Amino acid sequence: MFYRETGVFKTTYATDMELFPLPLDKIGFAVCILFAFLIVPFFASHYLLVSIFIPFLVFSLAALGLNILTGYAGQLSLGHAGFMAVGAYATVVMYNRYDVPLPLALLGAGAITAVVGSTFGLPSLRIKGFYLAVSTLAAQLIIEWVITHVKWISGGVYSTVDIRALEFMGWKIDTAPEKYYVALVIVVVMALFAKNLMRSRIGRAWMSIRDMDVASEIIGISQFKYKVLAFAVSSFYAGVAGGLVVAVYYGSANIEEFHLMLSFEILGMVIIGGMGSILGSFLGAAFMTLLPIFIDLSISSISHNIVDLSKVFTPDLMANAKNMIFGALIIFFLAVEPLGLARLWNTIKDYLRLWPFPY
Amino acid sequence: MWDTAFFALELTISGLLVGLMYSLVALGFVLIYKASGVFNFAQGDMTFLAALGLAALSVKLPLWVGVIIIIGVMVALAMAIERIVLKPLVARPPLVLFMATIGIAFFLQGLAQGVWGTQPRGLNLGVADETYEIAGIFVSSLDILGAIVAGVLVVVLVWFFQKTKTGRALRAVSDDHEAALSVGIPLRKAWGITWAIAGIVAIVAGALWGTRVGVQASLALLALKALPVLILGGIDSIPGAIIGGLIIGATENLAEGLLGPMVGGGIKNFFPYLLALIVLGVRPYGLFGREIIERV
Amino acid sequence: MKLRWALVISLVIAGPMLMAGPAAAQEKEQWLPLLCYRTGPYAPGGSGLCGGFEDYIDLINLKGGVEGIKLKWEECETAYSPPRGVECYERTKQEHGGACVHHPRATGITYALTERATADKIPLMTLGYGRADAQAGGDIFPYVFPLVTTYWSQVTGKIKYIAQREGGLEELKGKKIALLYIDVAYGQETIPVLKTLAAKYGFELGLFPVPPPGLEQSAQWLDIKRRFKADWVINRNWGISCTVPLKEAARVGFPRDHIIGVWWCGSEEDVVPAGPAAKGYISTNFHGVGQNFPVIQEILDQIYMKGKGNLPVTRVGTVYYNRGVIEGIMTVEALRTAYKEFGAKPVTGEQVKWALEHLNIDAARLKEIGAQGFMPPIKTSPTDHEGGGWVRFQQWDGTKWVPIGDWVTPMKEVVAEQVKKSAAEYAAKKKEEK
Repeated sequence: MFYRETGVFKTTYATDMELFPLPLDKIGFAVCILFAFLIVPFFASHYLLVSIFIPFLVFSLAALGLNILTGYAGQLSLGHAGFMAVGAYATVVMYNRYDVPLPLALLGAGAITAVVGSTFGLPSLRIKGFYLAVSTLAAQLIIEWVITHVKWISGGVYSTVDIRALEFMGWKIDTAPEKYYVALVIVVVMALFAKNLMRSRIGRAWMSIRDMDVASEIIGISQFKYKVLAFAVSSFYAGVAGGLVVAVYYGSANIEEFHLMLSFEILGMVIIGGMGSILGSFLGAAFMTLLPIFIDLSISSISHNIVDLSKVFTPDLMANAKNMIFGALIIFFLAVEPLGLARLWNTIKDYLRLWPFPY
Repeated sequence: MWDTAFFALELTISGLLVGLMYSLVALGFVLIYKASGVFNFAQGDMTFLAALGLAALSVKLPLWVGVIIIIGVMVALAMAIERIVLKPLVARPPLVLFMATIGIAFFLQGLAQGVWGTQPRGLNLGVADETYEIAGIFVSSLDILGAIVAGVLVVVLVWFFQKTKTGRALRAVSDDHEAALSVGIPLRKAWGITWAIAGIVAIVAGALWGTRVGVQASLALLALKALPVLILGGIDSIPGAIIGGLIIGATENLAEGLLGPMVGGGIKNFFPYLLALIVLGVRPYGLFGREIIERV
Repeated sequence: MKLRWALVISLVIAGPMLMAGPAAAQEKEQWLPLLCYRTGPYAPGGSGLCGGFEDYIDLINLKGGVEGIKLKWEECETAYSPPRGVECYERTKQEHGGACVHHPRATGITYALTERATADKIPLMTLGYGRADAQAGGDIFPYVFPLVTTYWSQVTGKIKYIAQREGGLEELKGKKIALLYIDVAYGQETIPVLKTLAAKYGFELGLFPVPPPGLEQSAQWLDIKRRFKADWVINRNWGISCTVPLKEAARVGFPRDHIIGVWWCGSEEDVVPAGPAAKGYISTNFHGVGQNFPVIQEILDQIYMKGKGNLPVTRVGTVYYNRGVIEGIMTVEALRTAYKEFGAKPVTGEQVKWALEHLNIDAARLKEIGAQGFMPPIKTSPTDHEGGGWVRFQQWDGTKWVPIGDWVTPMKEVVAEQVKKSAAEYAAKKKEEK
């Protein structure tokens, strides 16, 4: 009923090309933005901001980056945690050592990562599918090795560099809401950019490569140009996400934050959230980063309020059961909707669009 | 000079033997990919589960009883995976199935450590891990055993896939799910069989690696050693897994031993991937992988 | 249909969370959150550490608490990963009236928390891990306490021990010592100190990095045995990469009693999977092993006899378990000192920091706790956050760890010099940042 539209009423090209074609989507988007900008920072506790919202935003950005590559351009990468590490250390080195202003440092980190990423993306011209995925693990491992071994980057035996106090044009960014705003603004701008990019010539070229690369080459789309561009844009997003990890989430760059499993997790965000969907990147990031915390909280809440589980199960079993639940939920949600949470949302929306007359 | 040459020879031989042990893990991946087109991320965790179960059971029971029970567990697991995970995902994109196996990996690791505890265990196959010095080169009896087992396994699997009816049915399934269904091959049964075979290969790999380094959760990370072997040899080639293992094992040892000291060492992790990447540049489907011919 | 299921599952997961009200802070109860890792590849260490800590706190509570104040503990699972650890820290620091002290229990988490904890004024106790230069304390590391001993003190102790086996420090000249380390920050931490010592005593240092996870180390061992021809090997690994060297050494015929492990490579969990290959292997430690200490006996009597233990009883007295107990002892002693100074009511992080800087656990006090011989005496000050730095050595006889010799004191001047240098570097970086 809310979504009802009984036919195509588009009269101008402008309405046909709208970012959000449904009126309620527009309202929904506006409500989300207002909620994120005006409600969250003032009402969320410190814990919620620094441990839930900020990491959620940062990993959404990383997932968005990989989604551009995997969901839109059809190429796989298991090196994205490594690309985030490049962005993280690039940010710290530029900001700490060379006094580059923060926004420029983040952009620069993105640019450096884009160069690194497109270099590792070159094999995609020849290699496809899982062969490509596994060979991009080389990127992850080489980046890890270089960062721990080149002291100029990692600084001393601890391989940890704390970022200095955040500051931009005299504005000291030191409280949690301020850091949240930094992350939010960057993520919203980059998400809108991505959404628009997909409607452009470039986005359409990527999708043609994804759907059938041989065919797209025949119709004159340069595989070299667009595949490398996809890797560049995607790793640009990963690099900025890595920079944000350091700037607003951890406060320090440490290679252990960007281990190999994170690469798999980012890919998981894209698949669970929905490939080829901007919204899906956010839903997937929420699933992979927040669900383990929710499972944790739920179990401890059950222990406190209903039955003391720790009296029934051994602590080892309790801790490992969380992994089992998480794994089972991944399988469950894939079985419910193999095309991701975003598709699930679309199914609901389609249902509402036609309700109560689905004929 | 002579010293270096001898050292290189020694590195090569120990690398070749270790490489065959990698192949054992890689074989599990190949089997499942070959028959169901699924890239099974959980293969490492299946290896860990099998090794931990075997180690835990063999504390109280004789080894052969433990082996029988564990084979039962792995077959049951294969059936459960087929029913719960694969059935709802028939004909879905391969990436979705890959993600589902990541879910399986989380589940299995939790299951293994939840049931049998987090403590590392030793595993004794009743084979002495003794070292012999042959012409000045160290060779361990366990490595030799691993090599023999890997060889036998490959012969048996190749025979199974080429000569038996079931094997041919599995190959048809790997070609095209729908075409196989249409000629009357029971798809789900075929998958169940493949996963069970992969589970049994995981027992073999888990038992040998568990004897070599002890049984603990890190065994699951063997998958990372098997991946370059896999893509170098070709993701769907059983002999490829063995030859890929030999090449990776030898070259990574040579790289670490000879090249490593010049650049600060620790390059053994990424070198195999780099090598595989270079080979893929020339042969995009690995050395023995089947080339996919694309039609527009 | 499936949609409905998805909804039900979501409610089941999220439902209990909605019910969770903020737990009321009780008067006379001190909140002790635990960062634990019982999952993943390092679970063997984490489960032992936490179990020992919890049992000791339970014992103290049974005996009426510390100065009449009961301690309330709860676990938060970090899986040894920094993001989970940071989340746990942020979550637990605000519950039950606020955390007053934290054990990060992982190198990565320690690094990630150093700045946060300093800003939040919550002391971090890092017994035998974390930043060695933090023992400088003072204004540079006000809230980090690498108590009892650090990696740098340990490595000087190791060189002393090797010298003793060789027949004196001057005998080290021309000897070859290989450092086999896992190639991450933790593994590389002792390299500067070893280089200083190598220059000072004239031994040759060989570096052999093992890329994580280190399941396979044959190239490194062939190199150690054939080319470098090491006299001694220092095993500085973690998890499975501690066990593999013992097997590899057996393969190439390197004597196990010339391999000296760091204390994270010196537990039953590290040697048992290696089987007979581990016999004779030596490792460092900073507390006693086994059950023959009054405090461990008391835990067995009071907790396990009543079926209330947090681990299988077979693990009581093992290395990781006892390390959890020593963490418990240090925490309780800090709280006791704080209550004596600030009155018997729940204290804040700042007050615990003061207490940690004024610890004095002498022989008499150790006897009262029942820990004589279990741990060395400890005396801290605002500029000494380590409080002793004594280490001891133990050897695996095939079935259990046997202590060898007495406590070994570190080479204070060498460590102090390195600490001064590293802390000054850190402080300079900090200053530049402000």
